[in-house]
Amino acid sequence: MKLDSKAPVGPLEEKWTSYKRDMKLVSPANKRKYKIIVVGTGLAGAAAAATLGELGYQVFAFTFHDSARRAHSIAAQGGINASKNYQNDGDSVYRLFYDTIKGGDFRAREANVYRLAEVSNSIIDQCVAQGVPFARDYGGLLTNRSFGGAQVSRTFYARGQTGQQLLLGAYSALSKVVASGAVKLITRSEMLDVVVDEGHCKGIVTRNLVSGKIETFAADAVLLCTGGYGNVFYLSTNAKNSNVTAAWRAYKRGAAFANPCYTQIHPTCIPVHGEYQSKLTLMSESLRNDGRVWVPKTAGDKRNPSEIPDGERDYFLERKYPSFGNLAPRDISSRSAKEACDAGLGVGPGGLGVYLDFRDSMNRLGRDTISSRYDNLFQMYERITGENPYDVPMRIYPAVHYTMGGLWVDYNLETTIPGLFCLGEANFSDHGANRLGASALMQGLADGYFVIPNTLAQYLVKVKPGAAKTDSPAFKGALEDVNASVRRLLSINGKRTVDSFHRELGKIVWDKCGMARNASGLKFAIEQIASMKEEFQSNLRILGTADDFNTSLEKAGRVADFFELADLMCRDALTREESCGGHFREEHQTADGEAKRDDEDFCHVAAWEYQGPDKTPVRNVEPLAFETVHLATRSYK
Amino acid sequence: MKLKLHVWRQSGPHAKGHIEEHLLDNVSPHSSFLEMMDQLNEELQSKGKEPVAFDSDCREGICGSCSMVINGRPHGPWKGTTTCQLHMRAFKDGDEIWIEPFRAKAFPVVKDLVVDRGAFDRIVQAGGYITVRTGSAPEANLTPIPKSDADTAFDAAACIGCGACVAVCKNASATLFLSAKVSHLAHVPQGEPERMKRVKSMVAQMDAETFGACTNTGDCTQVCPKEIGQNHINTLNREYLRAISFDNSNASANTGSAG
Repeated sequence: MKLDSKAPVGPLEEKWTSYKRDMKLVSPANKRKYKIIVVGTGLAGAAAAATLGELGYQVFAFTFHDSARRAHSIAAQGGINASKNYQNDGDSVYRLFYDTIKGGDFRAREANVYRLAEVSNSIIDQCVAQGVPFARDYGGLLTNRSFGGAQVSRTFYARGQTGQQLLLGAYSALSKVVASGAVKLITRSEMLDVVVDEGHCKGIVTRNLVSGKIETFAADAVLLCTGGYGNVFYLSTNAKNSNVTAAWRAYKRGAAFANPCYTQIHPTCIPVHGEYQSKLTLMSESLRNDGRVWVPKTAGDKRNPSEIPDGERDYFLERKYPSFGNLAPRDISSRSAKEACDAGLGVGPGGLGVYLDFRDSMNRLGRDTISSRYDNLFQMYERITGENPYDVPMRIYPAVHYTMGGLWVDYNLETTIPGLFCLGEANFSDHGANRLGASALMQGLADGYFVIPNTLAQYLVKVKPGAAKTDSPAFKGALEDVNASVRRLLSINGKRTVDSFHRELGKIVWDKCGMARNASGLKFAIEQIASMKEEFQSNLRILGTADDFNTSLEKAGRVADFFELADLMCRDALTREESCGGHFREEHQTADGEAKRDDEDFCHVAAWEYQGPDKTPVRNVEPLAFETVHLATRSYK
Repeated sequence: MKLKLHVWRQSGPHAKGHIEEHLLDNVSPHSSFLEMMDQLNEELQSKGKEPVAFDSDCREGICGSCSMVINGRPHGPWKGTTTCQLHMRAFKDGDEIWIEPFRAKAFPVVKDLVVDRGAFDRIVQAGGYITVRTGSAPEANLTPIPKSDADTAFDAAACIGCGACVAVCKNASATLFLSAKVSHLAHVPQGEPERMKRVKSMVAQMDAETFGACTNTGDCTQVCPKEIGQNHINTLNREYLRAISFDNSNASANTGSAG
């Protein structure tokens, strides 16, 4: 498999400009001849569908939700980065680019990341014009907060609901073009396959989640904007329905899957409290602006936290990373919390928790100020735990939050299947081995509003519009494959529920391919996953029928894909014999327990190529050439 | 805890529904309401019975997917809380709980507790947006917005489109939902150019969707999980009157000049 990044040559600062200068355009009269399918209506999908619809393409937007407004982007709390430098604190496009590259532990493609930083400011302009109610100061101008991995304040926010407000902005833009007829929106419809005809992606196969009908749709290009795969862990901060299916089925049709082992464990989540638990809840990273993370210095100290004097507390992030303190990047903060708990210093039930304490900031700024910044988060915490964080420190523990890996894409956001594009969290491109806070919203909207409208045309000018027909053998074959796989799941008729398998799978992936990994654990996991998968295929029970609203059937298809993905994640983690960002191999660490990269052998993207069922996939490599940035050991000390 | 559940079952939009009774034991007070429903579904499936269909996604109170009328109250007993954030601490051992879908003519039942809230999307499509082509936006800080306006806009924009306001209303009115969007966009200067067209067209769509009229009882604001206030309905009424009277005065002005 040839992996050509297609990054433009020339100085970093001029790549996107020269790309746009030289790029081909589709004339307005020709745009309406092209049909574009957009799968997913989160930030990336809604932004892309709205923008492409405005440009005059015939757009078909699919979501498995009942409404485009429900995509999981809605749950993002903290904010969105942009290099406006409104704070006059030394920010610039280059600094945002550099922070993102460094935050990703030098495992992302320079050209893509620079472009992301470059378009970041236009995103803020666009959102404000849509009416997004960002936080403002008393003069009426926009205000910012700080996020991990940066020494400037560049994060725009709307209380603790930034994702909601940005998604509603994109949803309103989408609603406008739906009303005008430029975009046809198809809700409660799940993509179950891509159709590849003569080497090009020409459409999709979907299941209508209400009637159960399996349908095919033809187009000239397909955009997957289907989010990340964090739910492979069962317990994660992802929404219950978030899944890998669209990306995975594309992988099985020939799209390379890059860096699946790069998963982000977010340091500040509410700890697990019981076996019945269905998901984990994030407490925004923004809380670390004012909250201090600590554990008691003595193992087994069961005193009430307010009774433990400062001298007997270990503010371990401030101690270990004095220049970034509580705002150290996510991977580092998560591992530090795990270390403390592994050493028996953890707090709360089971010892899997550390304190996030607002006492000092409330003394300094007053309770009202803290309340105006975080009250919705404090309330959410209290509803879940029954404890009031104004009175007792929050207890937090790391949890799966985001996946940096995803479908491999080139500079055009095109996968290795021509005509199939991938945007947002579903692709691998911008965050390397660790994503910085407030960068996911930035990437989703950058891809959807400002990148794809330009890059898509480079593909379209090469293909004749309307060539694909759903009565072709490729479509009929894909339709039959999907029908058969649905029938197969229903016919197993075993004893166990889908959720019970998913929970079991999640536990092994979390234990062996979570915050810390090692070779023997990963090998063990690969074997376990295989035997669990075998049981899944022989002992699953789904009630109800295929031609009805059937949530268990939906989940079964997704969990079947998670089994296969889990195997690939472990293989990827096993072959990446280094530690970088969120991928921490215990065998590769420095004397003081920090991640030890191996730039000599692993300064590359691993892009996996499917070979067929039960065949070992092939690991292809895209070397990462750093033309501008000097590869350095990441230090936040 | 041990609970007696009365759950609405309905196989499809045109089928006749009924209440089904289930006893559920070993419910943890720390679990969320939907985790309790998950537990019920696991038990039903182990007995070979089809699980209860309900909408749920983010489970952190922001996506607006979850619904359910719990003991007669949309989203259950806790104020400012969605069903997914309601925890079983709110109940006690031995309680009986009645669980029904959000009921309204404009929200037909899809299955069991799942309803079709597509009417909300169509109301937004009627004008709940600011027309701005991607790329045509001016510099973000060019237009200062007084903090109080930005804050009020945010309060309104916090609506999650769940439909609790409709479910609780005796007239199944969508006025609180509609007012939240109108008020949000009326409080930012960017919303000004389309202000009058927006409110008229959204109100017309709400009527077309068979939602009932608002009589200012205020139940909607009591069950709204985001606590959207009645002040936004006041804003909506003002905006609507303004738009209508502007039309009327324009119409008479036109007649005048024609004469």
